[in-house]
Amino acid sequence: MPTFAHESRIKYQHWLDIVFRNITRLAAFSVLILLLALIASLVMGGLPAIKHFGFGFLSSAVWNPVTDEFGALVPIIGTLVTSFIALLIAIPISFGIAIFLTELSPRWLRRPLGIAIELLAGIPSIIYGMWGLFVFAPLFAEHVQPWLIEKLGPSPLFGPLFQGIPMGVGILTAGIILAIMVIPFIASVMRDVFEIVPTLLKESAYGLGATTWEVMWNVILPYTKIGVVGGIMLGLGRALGETMAVTFVIGNAHKLSTSLLMPGNSISSALANEFNEAVGELYTSALVQLGLILFLITFVVLSMARYMLHRLAKREGT
Amino acid sequence: MQGKRDAIWLFHPQGVGRACTKGRQSTTQQAACGIDTKAAEATTITLQTRSEQRRNAPDSPVSGGLPPDVASAALSGLPRGWPLATPSALHPSPSGAQRIWPNDGQQTLIMLTLYARRRLINALSLGVSTLAMLFGLFWLGWILWTLLANGLQGLNLNLFTQMTPPPGSEGGLLNAIAGSLMMTFIATLIGTPIGILAGTYLAEFGQRGWLAPVTRFINDVLLSAPSIVIGLFVYEIYVIKIGHFSGWAGAFALSIIVIPVVIRTTENMLRLVPNTLREAAAALGTPQWKIINFVTLRAARAGILTGILLAVARISGETAPLLFTSLNNQFWSSDLNQPMANLPVVIFQFAMSPYADWQSLAWAGALLITVSVLTLNILARVLFRQTVPSH
Repeated sequence: MPTFAHESRIKYQHWLDIVFRNITRLAAFSVLILLLALIASLVMGGLPAIKHFGFGFLSSAVWNPVTDEFGALVPIIGTLVTSFIALLIAIPISFGIAIFLTELSPRWLRRPLGIAIELLAGIPSIIYGMWGLFVFAPLFAEHVQPWLIEKLGPSPLFGPLFQGIPMGVGILTAGIILAIMVIPFIASVMRDVFEIVPTLLKESAYGLGATTWEVMWNVILPYTKIGVVGGIMLGLGRALGETMAVTFVIGNAHKLSTSLLMPGNSISSALANEFNEAVGELYTSALVQLGLILFLITFVVLSMARYMLHRLAKREGT
Repeated sequence: MQGKRDAIWLFHPQGVGRACTKGRQSTTQQAACGIDTKAAEATTITLQTRSEQRRNAPDSPVSGGLPPDVASAALSGLPRGWPLATPSALHPSPSGAQRIWPNDGQQTLIMLTLYARRRLINALSLGVSTLAMLFGLFWLGWILWTLLANGLQGLNLNLFTQMTPPPGSEGGLLNAIAGSLMMTFIATLIGTPIGILAGTYLAEFGQRGWLAPVTRFINDVLLSAPSIVIGLFVYEIYVIKIGHFSGWAGAFALSIIVIPVVIRTTENMLRLVPNTLREAAAALGTPQWKIINFVTLRAARAGILTGILLAVARISGETAPLLFTSLNNQFWSSDLNQPMANLPVVIFQFAMSPYADWQSLAWAGALLITVSVLTLNILARVLFRQTVPSH
């Protein structure tokens, strides 16, 4: 077999190829390591609390650093309720924005408006917090909350949700601020998935005489529903983990209350407020365990969101 | 546009409809033409073919004497027998509606209430969606206005030349600005290479094997993982070990946020590079590592830069992961092994304080952060638009 002078050079380049591929593979692998390390460190950090409280940690509403008794119920409920309120407000608004951006807006306005909505997502969360505390909460306490208490307070169904004094800060305020924060996320995912609907489908419906709304509701939405739900879950993931904005306005009270106007606590704001001041192993590890719970909740929600968006993307490909 | 035989015009007796003569511009406009709530008052419409209409209109019992004014472009493409062909798929028929279905191609009468109702619903929902858009913009405007109103008065030269003060005295944010810049810079420096390499793996080598899909999935989850948990993680593995808060810990925490953003954009950008480029290079005998480094990565570099800018924008406003890692420092410190001042945590601390001068500094800092983050965002988008003309 004849040998060529450059054969060694080819071998050398081939070797470099392998090295390069493995370097990139290592980098990709480090992401997995990161996730595993993250979960492992949180489990390790929370171990004393896990051992001490067991599953009772999840169902106990006591949070008393003095007697070293900790329960996660109040922050977990706070996190879930604020996120729920946020979605309740954000879903219809985002849907409206997405309709506007895909079907209504003049072509030249689409881009600037889309960017404006995305800028809303770019504003750091601490700014939302400050604005919420100094600007929104006082106005809310003065103009909206008294009205809520007066009109909805006596009603038997929603009454318990709107009791108390107008303080401005509280679960409801946190929910509203969160809604403003997640609107751009949900709206931009919705817009993106609406745009993948084949023009053929839309034009056919329009050709049959359907109105814009009917095309939206009966053609585009059914076609993209997995993606839309995925976008909503993505927004939910954001809302669940949001820290600073909530910390400013939620009121930070470890108290269980049926009223949405009362201050409460969320997992992330409990961490932000108390972690640096926490003394004692049990206190710290209880907070770390809270962090673990938060991570697991968001992990599940975000996984589902990604799975749904992935399924829609796959269908687009076929 | 369509055969005359199939063309059906819409009439209603009062003739309040609006002729829509824009023709075929876009589907949106066509449909928008159909919106006219005045038509709600009308009671019946006649559907008939265009040719039949020409013949019958003058003496038609229903549309007699009325100008054939309401050709709606949106509906002009209706095939005959449309109400039958779509049994309420697009709209539930109103229960009381009286319909006379097309029988022998003569005349069709349906209650206008159905049509009017559809138009009304359409107009309402589109109006509401416009309101939703305005609602979103309203918050953006309000927040920015608040920032300008409160932040501008605190914005002066002292802000950039003096340290964070104790309450009650003059001061600026120099140490916080410097700390933020340093940590952001180091975090970018750590996160970017890992992100680009991993993104390259996903885009170039990720066709086979289990690693790429799993990494992609986990990366997507990490992309929106709660940042406070990342702070907690760095605290657990680093701060506890060395025993004190430090600038390095803050930079590590931020770099963990950078990595997923860069991976995502790198992969997406590399996928946009046409395969012909790779094939052309391979045909010349170029080894793969050279193809990737000197052809594809170079072709995608503007897009990757966009991703890095977005990542920087993201971390420069992050507060939560810094709370447990770099914490804060009242004084000037360029030692990354010490607790380090940074804008977000200073803003948090000062805004929550009862002192007016601290709060005004917090507003000024907030304005500073927001302006730089939004500038980075816009810059990234402009850059991206220049590279990918199709977007």
